[in-house]
Amino acid sequence: MLTNISNVLRACAQRNGAAVAVSARTYADFTNQTTFEIKKCDVFKLDEAPATQVVMTREEGLQYYRTMQIMRRMELKADQLYKQKIIRGFCHLYDGQEACAVGIEASINRTDHLITAYRAHGYTYTRGGTVKEIMAELTGRRGGIAKGKGGSMHMYCKNFYGGNGIVGAQVPLGAGVALACKFQGNNELCVCLYGDGAANQGQIFETYNMAALWKLPVIFICENNRYGMGTSVERAAASTDYFKRGEFIPGLRVDGMDILCVREATRFAADHCRSGKGPILMELQTYRYHGHSMSDPGVSYRTREEIQEVRSKSDPISLLKDRMLSNNMASVEELKDIDVEVRKQIEDAAQFATTDPEPPLEELCNHIFHNNPPLEVRGTNPWAKLKSLS
Amino acid sequence: MALSLRCFLRCGKNAVSAVRQRGFHRSVPAAAQVTVRDALNQAMDEEMERDERVFLMGEEVAQYDGAYKVSRGLWKKYGDKRVIDTPISEMGFAGIAVGSAMAGLRPICEFMTFNFSMQAIDQVINSAAKTYYMSAGLQAVPIVFRGPNGASAGVAAQHSQCFAAWYAHCPGLKVVSPWNAEDAKGLLKAAIRDDNPVVFLENELMYGVPFEMSEESQSKDFTIPIGKAKIERQGNHITMVSHSRFVGHCLDAAAVLAKDGIECEVINLRTIRPMDVESIEASVMKTNHLVTVEGGWPQFGVGAEICARIMEGPAFNYLDAPVTRVTGVDIPMPYAKILEDHSLPQIKDIIFSVKKTLNV
Repeated sequence: MLTNISNVLRACAQRNGAAVAVSARTYADFTNQTTFEIKKCDVFKLDEAPATQVVMTREEGLQYYRTMQIMRRMELKADQLYKQKIIRGFCHLYDGQEACAVGIEASINRTDHLITAYRAHGYTYTRGGTVKEIMAELTGRRGGIAKGKGGSMHMYCKNFYGGNGIVGAQVPLGAGVALACKFQGNNELCVCLYGDGAANQGQIFETYNMAALWKLPVIFICENNRYGMGTSVERAAASTDYFKRGEFIPGLRVDGMDILCVREATRFAADHCRSGKGPILMELQTYRYHGHSMSDPGVSYRTREEIQEVRSKSDPISLLKDRMLSNNMASVEELKDIDVEVRKQIEDAAQFATTDPEPPLEELCNHIFHNNPPLEVRGTNPWAKLKSLS
Repeated sequence: MALSLRCFLRCGKNAVSAVRQRGFHRSVPAAAQVTVRDALNQAMDEEMERDERVFLMGEEVAQYDGAYKVSRGLWKKYGDKRVIDTPISEMGFAGIAVGSAMAGLRPICEFMTFNFSMQAIDQVINSAAKTYYMSAGLQAVPIVFRGPNGASAGVAAQHSQCFAAWYAHCPGLKVVSPWNAEDAKGLLKAAIRDDNPVVFLENELMYGVPFEMSEESQSKDFTIPIGKAKIERQGNHITMVSHSRFVGHCLDAAAVLAKDGIECEVINLRTIRPMDVESIEASVMKTNHLVTVEGGWPQFGVGAEICARIMEGPAFNYLDAPVTRVTGVDIPMPYAKILEDHSLPQIKDIIFSVKKTLNV
């Protein structure tokens, strides 16, 4: 039975073009699934809490590992390209926070909706963007997911509404997406993310009010990485219990470095929304290794020791790796093979992103309006009459 | 006589053709007197009936029937799902409206007045207007932001600002400014059917004004194209361009000037962005003189834009005098009636400006 499964998996892997290392041990030697004890969430205005005994299968573990590793390497490559001045402007990196994006996606459907702020490369990937098109967008090429016209902060794909540059503005937008879900009666929900810095924005409280009033199926998620740019949470918020800031909205505080905690909490939250109870708020306690953006070294407002401590004790990828290895769910070689494949995938994507041509100048004025007859756009001088197509 | 003359002029019908129509003994077209308010109401009602994704949200739009009664009867007919009362949270509900448009609905987001839209202007510009471009065509935002714009009567500085220039500055938005009932209905229907963000600037003082609406304009499929101006009155001596309430002022001024033998061509812009500059140019190439009339402030305004565009185009060589702008006074709106009256263009200001431009 297990041999059959292993054959199927191998065949699938080969179909995907990934080189499958024939390890000395067959897949039949590994534990198929393990029950893990995870941290209990702090709850607010909730009688129940997410489960603390959770099951992870080997397949799930490998998928989470690969996805997080892809995200990690993609962000590190972006760091490299930025320092080479191949990426310019804003670049807000997500390394350290991988468990959040991957854990959330594990408990929602592709048909659900998600919106976040500008630290969005990871979510663009989990929502269906390819590494190639994400990186090519960062380098501003025509193969970018937004054809090079959006850049780091403005990436979109089906059921993913960006990538938003104005801090906090994405929160009412997310509630609006949820309103559409409720209106259309399609049992879908919207995951609406914001940071600890954005959590003090007034429009978020306006949104809490309306979401609760109208019982919108929205999961508000505060990714608390302890710093809003250079301002620590203690210096920005009178109350740093972000999961309680929804006041009349039930809340959960979750270990955002443990992918199983995030997955379980999201499952709990999604059930809450889909049962018609209205919005729910999750605070994910997480950490970013990089500074706020590439122009911030990230060490003027926090110590290198702090960063190092998180890296050594709480790295989401290491945590998962340790779990899998110590429970015989994977081998060191297997995970190394995944690392090699991921590295190659990122290299190929970076190669594409650096060699793909920039968008053609004819594209300059396109995409102003949708479903519109062509219109004329004024250029930099009165004789420059440019063309805009939908 | 003067009253019926004004009526003909207001209807935008050529007096001659109206007489000619009455000469034939066929049944009179079922024209009707409809107020701007009712025209807007009909537009929303018809579009909500036509497309179940269209819905209205804003303060007091449902159970109160609308702060200015524009949405009267809609909640009773369509219920809570389609007509939504919001709390006083402009930034929040404008964002929610935009998000719902991104996810497949067709919201009409009402601002009680456009003064309050300033609270939400980030959502209008950064979330609505720019998204189609930033996403290279992946994400459209079919939304209408509507409400009264500009001066009312005695509501003072914070409630009297005209936002035409502010919104018309931004690529990605369409900005529409109807004058009469036909404009209101046809343009609002077009705005709702448009797949792009449209800022629809109404005028509170026009809500109660009745206009004759042709049978054609009462049809459920009647729309007016966005981006096309209308010549309300033909003339040879000077072109007057205006939008919203001041179109009426221009027509009144034109009637007085006609007695002095000055025939004004009055253009109703209907759309501020994209502006129908060609219509203005064609008219100026005929009349050689141009006066713009608006309620907004002069600096960086609609009139300023028209001046720049005329200078950059073929009509410049046909001007016999510089363009004249008639605008609101460059001050916050005062309260006292005498001061308020002198803060906005009056008929006599328009007449004076026309004569100065013509050097008569």
